[in-house]
Order: sequence, then structure tokens, then C-alpha cells
Amino acid sequence: MAKTSGNQETPTDQREVYHHRGDNLPEPGQHDDEVLAEERVTAYWRANISLLLKLLAVWFTVSFGFGILLVDWLNQVSLFGFKLGFWWAQQGSIYVFVLLIFVYVFLIGKIDRQFGVDDADDDNKPQGKR
Amino acid sequence: MSAQLLTYILVGLTFALYIGIALWTKASSTRDFYVAGAGVHPVANGMATAADWMSAASFISIAGIIAFSGYDSSVYLMGWTGGYVLLALLLAPYLRKFGQFTVPDFIGERYYSKSARVVAVICLIFISFTYVSGQMRGVGVVFSRFLEVEITTGVFIGMAVVFFYAVLGGMKGITYTQVAQFCVLIFAYMVPAIFISLLITGNPAPQLGLGAEVNDGSGLSVLEKLDQVLVDLGFTPYTEANKTTIDMLAITLALMVGTAGLPHVIVRFFTVPKVSDARKSAGYALVFIALLYTTAPAVGAFARLNFIDTVHNTAYEEAPAWVKTWEGIGLIAWLDKNRDGRIQYAAGRAFEGAPAFVEGEGEHGQKLLGNAPTDNANEVYVDRDIMVLANPEIANLPPWVIALVAAGGLAAALSTAAGLLLVISTSISHDLLKKTLRPAISERQELLYARIAAAAAVCMAGYLGINPPGFVAQVVAFAFGLAAASLFPAIFLGIFVRNMNREGAIAGMLCGLMFTFAYIVYFKFINPAANSADNWWLGISPEGIGSIGMLVNFAVAFAVSRFSKEPPPQVKALVDDVRIPSGAGVAYHH
Repeated sequence: MAKTSGNQETPTDQREVYHHRGDNLPEPGQHDDEVLAEERVTAYWRANISLLLKLLAVWFTVSFGFGILLVDWLNQVSLFGFKLGFWWAQQGSIYVFVLLIFVYVFLIGKIDRQFGVDDADDDNKPQGKR
Repeated sequence: MSAQLLTYILVGLTFALYIGIALWTKASSTRDFYVAGAGVHPVANGMATAADWMSAASFISIAGIIAFSGYDSSVYLMGWTGGYVLLALLLAPYLRKFGQFTVPDFIGERYYSKSARVVAVICLIFISFTYVSGQMRGVGVVFSRFLEVEITTGVFIGMAVVFFYAVLGGMKGITYTQVAQFCVLIFAYMVPAIFISLLITGNPAPQLGLGAEVNDGSGLSVLEKLDQVLVDLGFTPYTEANKTTIDMLAITLALMVGTAGLPHVIVRFFTVPKVSDARKSAGYALVFIALLYTTAPAVGAFARLNFIDTVHNTAYEEAPAWVKTWEGIGLIAWLDKNRDGRIQYAAGRAFEGAPAFVEGEGEHGQKLLGNAPTDNANEVYVDRDIMVLANPEIANLPPWVIALVAAGGLAAALSTAAGLLLVISTSISHDLLKKTLRPAISERQELLYARIAAAAAVCMAGYLGINPPGFVAQVVAFAFGLAAASLFPAIFLGIFVRNMNREGAIAGMLCGLMFTFAYIVYFKFINPAANSADNWWLGISPEGIGSIGMLVNFAVAFAVSRFSKEPPPQVKALVDDVRIPSGAGVAYHH
């Protein structure tokens, strides 16, 4: 398979390729190394890290940035009875944290499937006896 | 029906529910006992995690802390929620894929070293015991205030209930009881909050009420009014900082990283079936936690406003009944410095130290104090912990709401205590006995040892609850600082740095640990007089030093690992395996 260095565009047939391989090859998990070509794992990991860095940048900005470093500057603005910096520190940052985790779940799920390493098959088989 | 009878009924019902669940979910294998058979639904695990995480301190204290420190308390709000982002993105999915039972398990296997495992066990036990004694104390306080029994009796009842479901049900029992406890505690938190928000602003959502207009005709919003009232009394405005920026940053980071590194929280993510479930579960957990944590700032602000309104410049004889109730158990005290019979509230301590009541009554019926007065205008001592507990009374809410708050406080304390006791017993039976000292024991024996260890830990926690060491409140900083400086970096490096080796990880953990430990011990115990911003290193308080400890850990780990042998190939293969989500079900049987 071509090296897909973390781009989000998924060739539509890739999932089928994976399921086809899944039927014939030894179980994933026990023989991850054989199932997945080394470079595919590397590319998957790179895509994961790049996603993590983007999300953590947002995490940092809303809490340490808006909530602490820029708080005085933002406090000059008042919205709905809140000074903006204060609102970020005590309310806004928490809402963004919740959103961030679900955005992560959604995007990493897409990346998992793109690289054929998702765990969708894990429930169908009895645990520990595959 | 009286509030007290209602409280008995409600607390009795919830206890019966918890015990019923424990009987229904008895653990039959070590896998059940340690990780609930890894079959918990992500939403259920999210609720259990939320209950596990939100302790007596979250339920009872956080709103009070916010009420009395305003903007400064943002460090707790952001720190204790932002940690879940780190947990979900950096730790939980990979640890679930690893698929063992405990945090020391991961550290021991990843760093191919029994010493690393033992260091992790020591950190874990220290962190967990610090925490658990606070929970048992919380149980005692709620019992003594609402059911009017001795604190000791309250602790015994709490111990008996936890004993029953933690020893019998293990993680399986605890998980489903925690789900029930979450429902009780969040309901108990939201109901009074909504009532008070309606009362003060007419807006039913506390999160919006915080910014809404106070309905006293002043035309000011809650926060504007608070700023104004506090400035008049000589405080800093509610929405402005007392802490320095660098200290705010350091504390927030230490709490976030510490949260992500707390063993009893991490272990909850071992209980779901798959890696993708661990990620989702962290998201649900944060939703449930955010419900309380976004409500708390509103509760805190309302409570402060309400408190000043009802107490300041009120004649003691005309003060509402709750003032006297809480004075009765020593959480409020009044020293009539200017002898006008009125309660004056202002900035500064009313007197030195905690209230030391002396025999007899003052001319207005107040309890007399032996403390030396300070020379400021403030006459009131108020323990911030009463804000949530007294809120229903302050706002004149019906008796069933008071009963509900008591049941909620107990749910919060018991759920956290049980989760902590489980990680303590697991680390003893699994990490110390099975994996280190006596590898020959069978699964049945291991399960028996796990139950014995849980029973012993319950007794130990009860003892600490009844005879609280004077330093409990001061060592909370320890738990987070140590988790931030030791466990989090070790786990993080184990996943993200393939070449990190045993030498680097152990040296990192020990240096991070000792640095943080020494800094906190110095300022909290050896030289508490020097504990002020002028003497702090870089202006960072002991609460925030864990973030520097973490950096020390990282730096040492990288330096040492560069000059020592690479990890063996099977460990690198383990890291590769942990990074791939598929196949978590089998990882356990490797």
C-alpha cells in the first residue's frame, strides 16, 4: 500500500481491502506486526500525533491562553453579564474540553479506519479466545 | 415530616440501593474484581468515573472555595476538568490496549523492572491514602450534621457500607454502585442550584444565572454586584486575580497533569471492552463532571452574595437559624469586636487560627471565643465547606432538598472512597504479592488476598477518618503534585517515546518525586512561616510545584536514557502494540 502520510482523504476502497485481509490473515492483535506493514504503522502514528498536537493547541489556548494569560485583556469585553476572560476561566474552557474529547473520538476513529487499525471487530469475537 | 426524618429515610434508601447492587454484581474472578471483567458500557463507565472522581471535596468544598476566592479558584475548575483531555488523548486508549489490571502493571512491564513497579506502587498507595482519609472524614461530617450522630459512628456506618460492596463486589460491584451514586449526587447538586438560581436571578440554568441580572432592582449582574459588594467590604473584586500569573499557570498545569495521573481514575478505563470505548468513555465522564463543575461557579457566587446579604450588619439575635446551627458545630464563629451586637463581615481574618470556643455564652447568646482578635473590621469566621451544605437552609428550601444534599454528599464520599480502596487493595494483592513477592499463588488465593487487602484498607481509612492527622488538608497538594511528577511522565513516556528505557524512567520518577516532595515538605511542614510568594522558587507555590516536578522528571529521564542501554526488542514490540487500537480483547491473554 502507498505511504499515506497522515492525509485525511481516504480512498473509498480501503476499508474493503482491510476486511478482505482480515478474513484471510491471522487475527489482528496477536500478530499486529505481520498484519500491518511497518510503514503503515508509522504513518498511522504520525497521523495520530499530528491530530493530538492540533487538539492540544486548542486545549492550551482556551485554558492557559484565554483563562489565564489573556484574561485581563479579554476582561475588557463583557458579554451576557460575564467579563469574557472570567467566563473562559470558569465556564468556556470546560465546555471546550468536553467538545475536544468528542472531536478527538470522531477524528481518530476516521484515522483508525483509514489505516485499517480500528477495533470494530473486537466485540464480535469472544474475548481472549480468537 | 421533619428534615431529619426525611434525611434518615433518603439516606437509608440510597444505602439499601448500593448494597442491593453489590449483591447483584458479586465478583467471581480476579478479572471481575480488578477490572469488572472489562465489560462495562462506556456511558456507564463515564458515570462511574465521574462519581469516582468527584469526591466529598468536589461536592462539599469546591463551591465554597470558589465563593471565597473568586477568579483564583479557576485553577481548580480548569485543572480538574482539563486533566480529562490529557487522559483521553494521551493515556486512556493506550493503557486500555495494554489491557492489564493496574497502573504499576504498565510501568513494571513497560520498563521491564520490578523496581519500577515497586516505585509506582509506593506512589499509588501514598496518593490514594491521602485522598481516602478525606473521604471518610466527609462521611463523618455529613452524618454528624444531618443525622445528629457522633462523627465516629458516622465513619463506622460509612466503613460498613463500603466494606460490604468493595470487598464483596470488587471493581464490578463498585462500578455499578458508582453509577447509582453519580445519579444521586448530581441530582442532589443540581436541585438546590436551580432553586437558588431562580431565587436570585429568575433564570433556572445556574450556568446562565451566573451572568444574569440580580432581581433586586439594582440592574447589576450577579458578578458585577459581587465585585461591587466585595470592594466595599475591602476585598479584591471577585472576578480579579490575587494569585500571580506564573503561579496560576503552574497550579493549573499541576492539577491537570496530576488528574490524568491519578491511579484510581486511570484504572476505570481498564474496565471497558475496547480502545474506542476507552476514548468515548473519557468524553462521557467529562460531560458528567462538567455538569457539576460548570454549576459550581454559579453556586459559589450565589452563596457568597447570599451570605453577605443575610449576615453582614445583621444583629446576632436576628440572624437566621442556620448561623446558629453551624456555629454549634464550630464552622461559623462570631467575635463582636466593636460590641454593637451586629455581625460585621469584611476582608481579613477575624482572629488568629481556628475558633477555640470557651465555656459560657456571650450577652447575645453567641458562643464565646478564646482567640486573640485581629485589628481589622471583620468579625466572622466561616468555614468555606459549609457553603453547599448550608445553601438549602440559607435559601429557605424545603426539607426534602436538605435530605437530598445529605444523601448526595454521602454518595460523593462513598464512591470515591470505594474507588481508592480498590486501587490500594489491587496494588497490594496483584503488584506486590502476585507480581513481586509470591508469584506462585493461584488466582483463587490472589482474589482472597485482594479481599483481605480491601478489608484492611477500609479499616485503615476508617481509622484515619476518626483520627484525622492534622495535616490532611495540607497534603492534598501532595496527591496531585506527586501524581504529576511521577506517574504521569512515566506512563506518557512509556507510550510516546519508544526508546525510553528502564534506567531513564526510574531515575525520572525518583527525581521528580523527590524534588516535589522536598519542596512541599519544606514549605508545609519544616518552615511553614516561609510559605509566601517572596520565598517561593520562581514564585511557584507548593500547590503548583508538581508541574516543575514533571519537567524535572522528563529532563532526567531523557538525559539518563541517552546514556544507558536501549530497551529490549520485546518491549519495543509492546510499545508498537499499545499504539494500535485493534485487538484489545486479546491483549490481556498475551
